[in-house]
Amino acid sequence: MSKEDGWSVEVFSMLQNMEVQQVAYVPDAGHARLIELCEADSRMRAVPLTSEEEGVALLAGAWLGGERGVLLMQSSGVGNCINMLAMIQECRIPFLTLVTMRGEWGEFNPWQVPMGQATNGLLHNIGVIVHRPDTAERLVEVVNAAAHLAFDAGRAVAVLISQQIIGFKDWHK
Amino acid sequence: MTPQNEIILDRRASVARILADRGDALLITGLGSTTWDAAAVGDHPNNFYLWGAMGGAAVLGLGVALAQPQRRVLVITGDGEMLMGLGGLATIAVQRPGNLSIVVIDNESYGETGMQKTHTHHGVDLAGCAAAAGFPVSRTIYSRDELEDIVSLLYAATGPVFAVVKVAATAAPTVLPSRDGPYLKDRFRSAVLGDRATG
Repeated sequence: MSKEDGWSVEVFSMLQNMEVQQVAYVPDAGHARLIELCEADSRMRAVPLTSEEEGVALLAGAWLGGERGVLLMQSSGVGNCINMLAMIQECRIPFLTLVTMRGEWGEFNPWQVPMGQATNGLLHNIGVIVHRPDTAERLVEVVNAAAHLAFDAGRAVAVLISQQIIGFKDWHK
Repeated sequence: MTPQNEIILDRRASVARILADRGDALLITGLGSTTWDAAAVGDHPNNFYLWGAMGGAAVLGLGVALAQPQRRVLVITGDGEMLMGLGGLATIAVQRPGNLSIVVIDNESYGETGMQKTHTHHGVDLAGCAAAAGFPVSRTIYSRDELEDIVSLLYAATGPVFAVVKVAATAAPTVLPSRDGPYLKDRFRSAVLGDRATG
């Protein structure tokens, strides 16, 4: 089992246990295995988006209709979500997002750096609680805690997943 | 403009006609005029009014429709709001929720900001966009007869259904429903979920 498979399978299992049913995503390589697992599960509905803010609106609707959801995206997509997250904050809708980070650890593409560096602060400023696991071993535990904070305490929570712990894109292969 | 495309419908009368047949349908309204239109018809616990989140109404409706597949979900929004979320039409078409209907009350103007013309005034065909995305039913409504025809489809056709109702760019009195987000959310969830709302 590769490093990515390991955490993806465990996070998927945790999302199942938390009864997450709508999985909205704009693909990122870091989420590829998790997306496959969610698409293959008949109790989950994987919803590909054209842009990340759709996922915020979708999950607000899911909650209004009685379902839990999660938004999978890359850090560049966080910038697309900011105004839609104002609704999450004002209505106090539980919201969980798993953000794979670009623009920091070992980044090759300079165009990823500004948004990657701004991600944490932007989420904080719009009222989203940010969790950052510091090791791969703690990732699943942190996602689990974030899901409880979101759905039990009715909060907006983001888990930022660094390439430091899931590996980074090697442009020199 | 051809005679059959003359814009004669009134937004308040059109929304009132559509909602007269709502039954137990769930309603999401886009920020601005369509929220006032729905409030003018009468407040209802099955209504969730957006006061922000511009561009999100249709996809928010998708989330409700997927969570409540046995209920009809109706989104009523404006042309400016829908234009901001055009990508959502593609996302909705791919999911193909049979129980979701979207109505755009199209006055070809941004009503809350000084009646500046929207893209629909310059020829952008929203019903064409929805049809091209893959909506099985997509219509543009100009007449009372066409409105009558679409009302039954909104509540009974296998969706997603998309209808653009062309309305005159006339001012209607502002009718304000509650704007408290937590109240609107909790009221809607209680109406839909009953005891499960607090779980």
